[in-house]
Amino acid sequence: MTVLQLDAVTRVHGAGDNTVHALREVSLTAATGELVAVMGPSGSGKSTLLNVAGGLDRPTSGTVAVEGADLSTLRLRDLVALRRRHIGYVFQDLNLIPSLNVIENVMLPHELDGVRRATAKKQAASALAEIGLAHMAARYPDEISGGQRQRVAIARALVGERRLLLADEPTGALDSAAGDDILALLRSRCEAGATVLLVTHEARYAAWADKVVFLRDGAIADSTDLSSDGSAASAR
Amino acid sequence: MHTEYMSIRHGLLALLSGGPRHGYQLRADFEASTGATWPLNIGQVYTTLSRMERDGLVTPGETDEQGRVVYSITEAGRAETTRWFSTPVARSDRPRDELVIKLAMALTAPGVDVAAVVRLQRTATMRALQQATKAKHAARAGTAQRLVADSAIFQIEAEQRWLDHCETVLASSSEAHGGSRPGPHDPPSQEESP
Repeated sequence: MTVLQLDAVTRVHGAGDNTVHALREVSLTAATGELVAVMGPSGSGKSTLLNVAGGLDRPTSGTVAVEGADLSTLRLRDLVALRRRHIGYVFQDLNLIPSLNVIENVMLPHELDGVRRATAKKQAASALAEIGLAHMAARYPDEISGGQRQRVAIARALVGERRLLLADEPTGALDSAAGDDILALLRSRCEAGATVLLVTHEARYAAWADKVVFLRDGAIADSTDLSSDGSAASAR
Repeated sequence: MHTEYMSIRHGLLALLSGGPRHGYQLRADFEASTGATWPLNIGQVYTTLSRMERDGLVTPGETDEQGRVVYSITEAGRAETTRWFSTPVARSDRPRDELVIKLAMALTAPGVDVAAVVRLQRTATMRALQQATKAKHAARAGTAQRLVADSAIFQIEAEQRWLDHCETVLASSSEAHGGSRPGPHDPPSQEESP
């Protein structure tokens, strides 16, 4: 099943002489269980792509669909609800709230959604157990390592019904072994049914993906797809 | 060949420093440590052992019931093992890299779209990196095998980074030289160059 579909997405910032084409006719799909990596130098449009995919930014033209829902047709209230219930986000840093302990951080999106506290806690506990951090539930973010914080952020992003995870350089602040652990975790969450769109500038992390897309100046320059017939597909 | 012999020799010496072994055991232990990245044939093992015996690094002992000779490390062999572990590996005698030659020639030969050569290679290299990563993930191996697999992954990554670098340099130099070159799959043309 296609979880995320971008069709000819263009995003233009500014106007006149200051026009910047952040994305040019980008088409991309991610299915259930797929890990898709987007690579490219800074300024190539990676983060814009992630924001547009998550409904945090709207394309100038083209369409974005999440689990079959065309985001441009949703009312703001429905868009916000879809973002909250179906999409999880992980960033390079600043993922966890320092004054909440680990399990409270994981519970937070559910509680904001109006889920009862006991239910939220139960789901958070199982999300933590899935990533092997159940024993860290009562710790505070500054009492665990950077790699563990990122694992908790991933657990939170996928707690409950969320199946689409958008990750922007989640390994950015980590050493290479901890970065590897994060990718191994993302990979195993995909095997458990999640879909991950990962932005990274490091080929070694992108290599964990089923599909790697290279962005240059807002356009897809080329892509590789291991899940396809084995030949290097050109996206353009 | 010389460097390959050296690394097998030192690998076998390192194994023998843990106790006497015969050839088949050495081969099995070598492959267990390196994750079968470099399969050894038994002939290589015995050739290496006899050279090391000639050099006084190992000494043959008893023959077991199946006629296999058990080798032990000598004092000289131990000293050589210690020296090996305490000396960095020299970056020399690397075979000429076809990719580097290809890119240099793409810039020299007429009618080659260098950017397309880089892009094509980068796609292939990325695919190799994905496959190496997938294999490592599937293996769930011990630390030695994991680090051997990581070595291949980091080397492929280095090539990928170099290709990114090439692309950036080519993009800025093509602006300077004003212009793109002909299509990606055109054979080097016979037309006279200026």
